[in-house]
Amino acid sequence: MKSVNYKFDIVGKRKLFLSISAVLLSIGVASLFLFGLNLGIDFVSGTRLDIAIDKPFTTEEVTGLLEEQGIEEAQVRIGGDDDGFAIVNVPETLDKETVIEVREAFRAEYGEQVDLQEQVVSPIIGRELARNALIALLLASVGIVIYVGLRFEYRFAVAAILALFHDALFTVGMFSLLRLEVDITFIAAILTIVGYSVNDTIVLFDRIRENMRIMKLKDFQDLKDLVNVSTQQTVVRSINTSVTVLFTAGALFLFGGETIANFSLALLFGLTAGMYSSIFIASQIWVIWKWASMQRERERLAGAAGE
Amino acid sequence: MIKWSRLAVLAILLAGVFATIIGTAETVLDNITLGLDLQGGFEVLYEAEPLNKEQTITSDTLAAAAAAVNERINVLGVEEPVISIEGDNRIRVQLAGVEDQDEARRVLGTPAHLTFRLNHEEVVLTGEDLKENGASLEFDPDTGQPVVALKLKDAKKFADITRENRGEILAIYLDEEAVSAPVINQAIPTGEAVITGVSQEEGKELADLLNAGALPVKLNEVQSFSIAASLGQLSLTQSLKAGIYGSLIVLVFMVGFYRVPGLIASISLVVYAYLVLLTFSLLNVTLTLAGIAAFILGIGMAVDANILMYERIKEEIRSGKTIPSSIKAGSRRSFLTIFDANITTVVAAAVLFYFGTSSIQGFAVSLIVSIVVSFATAVAGSRMLLNMLLKSRILKNPGWFGVRGDEIGEL
Repeated sequence: MKSVNYKFDIVGKRKLFLSISAVLLSIGVASLFLFGLNLGIDFVSGTRLDIAIDKPFTTEEVTGLLEEQGIEEAQVRIGGDDDGFAIVNVPETLDKETVIEVREAFRAEYGEQVDLQEQVVSPIIGRELARNALIALLLASVGIVIYVGLRFEYRFAVAAILALFHDALFTVGMFSLLRLEVDITFIAAILTIVGYSVNDTIVLFDRIRENMRIMKLKDFQDLKDLVNVSTQQTVVRSINTSVTVLFTAGALFLFGGETIANFSLALLFGLTAGMYSSIFIASQIWVIWKWASMQRERERLAGAAGE
Repeated sequence: MIKWSRLAVLAILLAGVFATIIGTAETVLDNITLGLDLQGGFEVLYEAEPLNKEQTITSDTLAAAAAAVNERINVLGVEEPVISIEGDNRIRVQLAGVEDQDEARRVLGTPAHLTFRLNHEEVVLTGEDLKENGASLEFDPDTGQPVVALKLKDAKKFADITRENRGEILAIYLDEEAVSAPVINQAIPTGEAVITGVSQEEGKELADLLNAGALPVKLNEVQSFSIAASLGQLSLTQSLKAGIYGSLIVLVFMVGFYRVPGLIASISLVVYAYLVLLTFSLLNVTLTLAGIAAFILGIGMAVDANILMYERIKEEIRSGKTIPSSIKAGSRRSFLTIFDANITTVVAAAVLFYFGTSSIQGFAVSLIVSIVVSFATAVAGSRMLLNMLLKSRILKNPGWFGVRGDEIGEL
């Protein structure tokens, strides 16, 4: 007989939830290994031209115009509000003169309203940016572990970090799978996801910690009750908070324009993963670990009593 | 009994707050510095390279180079340039609102090392020997052609050189290019020389460059970024529109789900938005696209703090406590949770600020400001309003908290 009431036995189905994550993450990682990421020119050398044409056009026309300027290996896609933008990635770094020639060529074709923004990155800077971002992310994680370790216990800290990597990895995997372009704003998105993921996880752990003071943990059933009750107590808040953040991220995606569309999309993926992981992953990792520790402790005590 | 006097105080307070916001919002918005991505402009990252084998790049040479770049920006007439030294050999230059990016690039990147070389080889004079503001655009009195006139500090030195080397070529080099190669016909006692064969525009620019001084190092452009003003404007309006729509949905959701406290949360969200923008304008934080993203996400954090508190209050009401003691217990119990959750994000943002580069730093600063303000408005602001409502004794019905009567248990 249960001593406490809860509607959903999440701990009982922990293997299912962990497996779902394992499958999704494996697909993402496999895609990363097979296809890699579609890196924007922030990370590889080259030139990106955002050409605001503001008139109907086709990618073939754009490619043709670029070839006339001697630019052969351009990747062209259409984007922006009303598809008025041509977004062009060129693997070589174009010099200023060429960029001006391109602009003039497009103005000659489509009229004076054509505007252009360009971004040029040399390969060294691109790699350095990626490396710095990764280092910053790892250091931020260390900072979180230290803080949570001090305020809570190390098992919570490690479980929170695992959930955090789960969310980041899921987002990176999705971007790889869907061939979405990864640029410098993607890093900002991952960092925001990490912040929210931790925030979300901490709230649940905080409740578990609070309930632990009232509920005595003797066997696995107690542990299960503790986590299920705590989850149920915080689940409305978790969902409501995530939903409001998803609203804002969704609004950014729909109305924020081409430049931050991928940023917002990354947030949508990551925040959804974060909502899932804080409820179904982080606390389950903690349960498994805590139970293992409790068993070891018990064996140690039994051993000591037997002597 | 409802205490109407308390309610009146609350109403006056809210009216005052909203009057302030509406009255000053425009000034605050006008005072915010917009990043390049929102107002258009030109950004370039230079890597410093030694001019010759003996030179090494130290923090001093880098600072001198940055100062020289700054001089040149004055030539361009750009207001509020941002010049920052990054790492041990890079200089980032951000020029907002530059109209002629090609000119900007030329003016910034040309080393402008002036040398006088005998027979194109031996360097006898350098830009250092030029008088302060010694270069000027003049017109040849005979032909009317534009020339750059150079005045040297030490007329005697120049006279000596020209006397001793009569019949030789004294070439004037700008960097590694000979811009003028006259044969010395006679000693020149005046300490003046001219560079011919320039157009009026080129001559003006060259004179300005020479006066601004040579770059002490070679600057290689490693990254550049330019945004047309119209595109920047588009990003700004689009993201603002997104922010307004996002906030509206959140407000509707909050009022629908949490009723009276939801309304309070909505008020504190408006105050949050205003205070963040005010902080940006007071601290001179440059608002970029990533900053707007951080700002909008801060709305989420503020909402979260409110939700945490209201969920706690609802729990207390459901457990059968009175509304006043539920509010008290709910606020108290949710405080540490909100605090821990916010601090962890601030820790992450602080690390990002410390280790990140330019655009990540901008994001981190905006995020920290947003979190601090959201913490203040959601915790202090919402609580204060809720307590004022409580003291007016108008909050009697659990339904106003979104709690149904049948959910309330016996204590």
